Amino acid sequence: MRLSELMGPSLLLIAVAVVGSFLGSGLRFQALSILVTTAIVVSMYVFIGNSGVLSFGHVSFVALGAFSAGLATAPAAVKPTTFPELLPFLANLETGNITSLALSAVLGGVFALLVGIPIMRLSGLSAGIATFAVLIITNNVLRNWEAIGPGAKTLSLIPTTTGFLQATIGSLLVVAVAFAYQRSRWGRMLRAGREDPAAARSVGIDIHRQRLVAFTLSGALAGFSGGLLVHLLGSINTQQVFLDLTFITLAMLVVGGIGSLWGAVVGAVLISGANSVLAEAERGMTVLGTALQVPAGTRLITVGVLMLLVLAIRPDGVSGSREISLRLSRSGEPRLPSQR
Amino acid sequence: MTALQVLIDALALGALFAVVAMGISLLFGVMRIVNFAYGELITAAAYALVLTKALAVPVRISAALVVAVALAALMDVILRPFRSASPTAILIGTFALSFLLQNVALLGFGTQGTAMDFLPSLNQAFALGALRIRWITVVSLLVGGGVLAAVAVLLRRTDIGLQMRAAAADLTTARILGVRANRVITVAFIITGLLAGLVTLALGVQRPLVTPSFGFNVLVPALVGVVVGGMDRLVAGTMGGFFVGFATVVLGQVLPTGTRVFLNSALFALVIIVLLVRPNGLFVRDQRGYERV
Repeated sequence: MRLSELMGPSLLLIAVAVVGSFLGSGLRFQALSILVTTAIVVSMYVFIGNSGVLSFGHVSFVALGAFSAGLATAPAAVKPTTFPELLPFLANLETGNITSLALSAVLGGVFALLVGIPIMRLSGLSAGIATFAVLIITNNVLRNWEAIGPGAKTLSLIPTTTGFLQATIGSLLVVAVAFAYQRSRWGRMLRAGREDPAAARSVGIDIHRQRLVAFTLSGALAGFSGGLLVHLLGSINTQQVFLDLTFITLAMLVVGGIGSLWGAVVGAVLISGANSVLAEAERGMTVLGTALQVPAGTRLITVGVLMLLVLAIRPDGVSGSREISLRLSRSGEPRLPSQR
Repeated sequence: MTALQVLIDALALGALFAVVAMGISLLFGVMRIVNFAYGELITAAAYALVLTKALAVPVRISAALVVAVALAALMDVILRPFRSASPTAILIGTFALSFLLQNVALLGFGTQGTAMDFLPSLNQAFALGALRIRWITVVSLLVGGGVLAAVAVLLRRTDIGLQMRAAAADLTTARILGVRANRVITVAFIITGLLAGLVTLALGVQRPLVTPSFGFNVLVPALVGVVVGGMDRLVAGTMGGFFVGFATVVLGQVLPTGTRVFLNSALFALVIIVLLVRPNGLFVRDQRGYERV
C-alpha cells in the first residue's frame, strides 16, 4: 500500500479548510463549498476514473442525496403546510444530521445499483448518452412529483450542519474510500479492464460486474456528498443539482486529470477555487481597495474555456492523470512507470 | 381538435426535428462525434433574428443563415484538436463548447426571453373544411420536406456528397482513395449550420422567445431521436428525429394533463431501453454487433 499517495490529496483539503477558517464569512462559505465540491468530484472519479467510462448521470445521485438528507432534516412542523402533496411519512420525518447523511449515502448507492444493472453493459458514447438520460429523468421526476419532494419549489429551513468540521471530515472520508477502493483487488481489476478489456477478460475479470461495483460505490459517495451539500446550502431546488453542476464537476475532473485521485482533487480545488472567486466577483467584491464586478455568466465561460484548452493541449489533465507521492524517493529505489 | 388536426401538427414538428436530427446524424457519420453544441447554432441564428428585428425579412433570413453557418465553421476549427481524441474526450469537449456558448449568450442577452418578432402573421390559421391550419405548419412541412430532399440529392447526386458517404462508411479507406478529410468535414459542418439556420426560421415563428437554452431544448429531443432511430445511418437517425417530434405532439394531446409533465422521463426511458435492446437503433435492420461505438 502506498499510503503516501493519500497524503497529497488529504493535505490539500486540510490546507483549504485551515485557510478557509481564517477568512471572512463570504470566503469562508466558498472554502466550505470547495471541500464539498471536491467530495462530489472524487465520488465521480471512483467510477469514471477507474473504469474509463463517461457518466453524465452522477449529479442525479447527488440530487437524490441532497433531497433525501434535506427532506429528512427539514422541520416536520413546517413541511406539511409548505408541501401539502408530500407523502405523510416523509412529511413527518425528522432525523438527525448523521442519520440524514447515512440515508443519502444508502439511497445514492441503491439508486446507482438499480440504474447500473442495465446500463453498465454499455460503454463509450452509448454509456454517455444513457447516463445523460438518467440525469434528465431524475430531474424531471424530482421536479414534477410532489409526493416525494418539494417539486419545482425550493426546500428550505434545512439545518446548516456542514461547517468546517463536517466538510473536512466528509471530504477526507470520500477521498479515503476512493483511495482504498482503487488500491483494492476490485479497483485493480476494473483498472485492468479500462486499460485493455480483452486482456482483462482473458484473465477472468468480469468487467461488467466490476463496473457495477464501482458505479454503486460511486453513487453512494455521490449521495453522501449531496447530503453534505444540502447541509451547507440550507436550501435546495432541482435546478441547483442539474446541468450546471454536471458540467462544472465534469470540467473539474477533466482539467485535473480523469485517471488519478490526485487529479480529481487538484482539479476540484483549482476550478472550484477559481469558480468561487468569480462567483464573488459576479456578486461584486473589493480587491485591494478597487471594486470589482464582472457580469453574470463570466464564471462558467471562464471554466468552459479552461476546460476546452486543457482538453486540447493536455488531454490527461494538469496532473497528467498520475498520482502524487510525497515520500522522498530514496536513491537507488526503482521508480515504477506511472500508476495509471 | 380532431385527430387529423393533431396529425398535421405532429407532421410539422416531426419534419423540423427530422432536419435537426439529420444535422446531428450527418456530422456523426463523417466525424464520429456527437456535437452537443449543435443546439447553439440554432440559438445563434435565433439571436441573429432578434438583432435584425428592424430590417427587411430577406435580410433577416440571410443574417440568421450566415450566423449559423459561420458559427458551424468556427466549431469545425475549435473541434479540430479533438479529432484524434478518445470518444469520452470528444463528448466532454462538445459538451463544454455547448455550455460555453450558452453562457456567452447569457452574458450578452440575459436569462430573460428576448422576442424574435419574426413573421408573427404566419401563426394565423386558415380554414380547410373543418380544419384550422396555421400557415407556419404549412411552411414547416415545406421547409422540412424540402431540406431533407435537398440533402438527399446532395448526398446521392454530387461529387462531394459521394465523398461524404465514403468518409462516413470508412474514413481511413476514403482518405487512401483520395478523399480530402478536412474538406469533407468542413462541408459537413457548413451543411449542419445551414440546416440549423433553416430550422430556426421555422421554429422562430412558433416559439417567439429566445433564451440562452433555446437551441439546447431542441437539441435534446432531436438527439434522443437520433439515438433511438439509429446513429450510424443517416436515414434512420433522421427518421428517429421525425418520430420523436411526431410523438411529442401526439403524446402531448393524448396523455392526461397530470402526466404530461413526465413526457421527458418517458422519452429518455425509451432511449435507455433502445440502447439496451436494439443498440443499432430502431430503424436499422442490421442488429449485428453488440456495441455501436
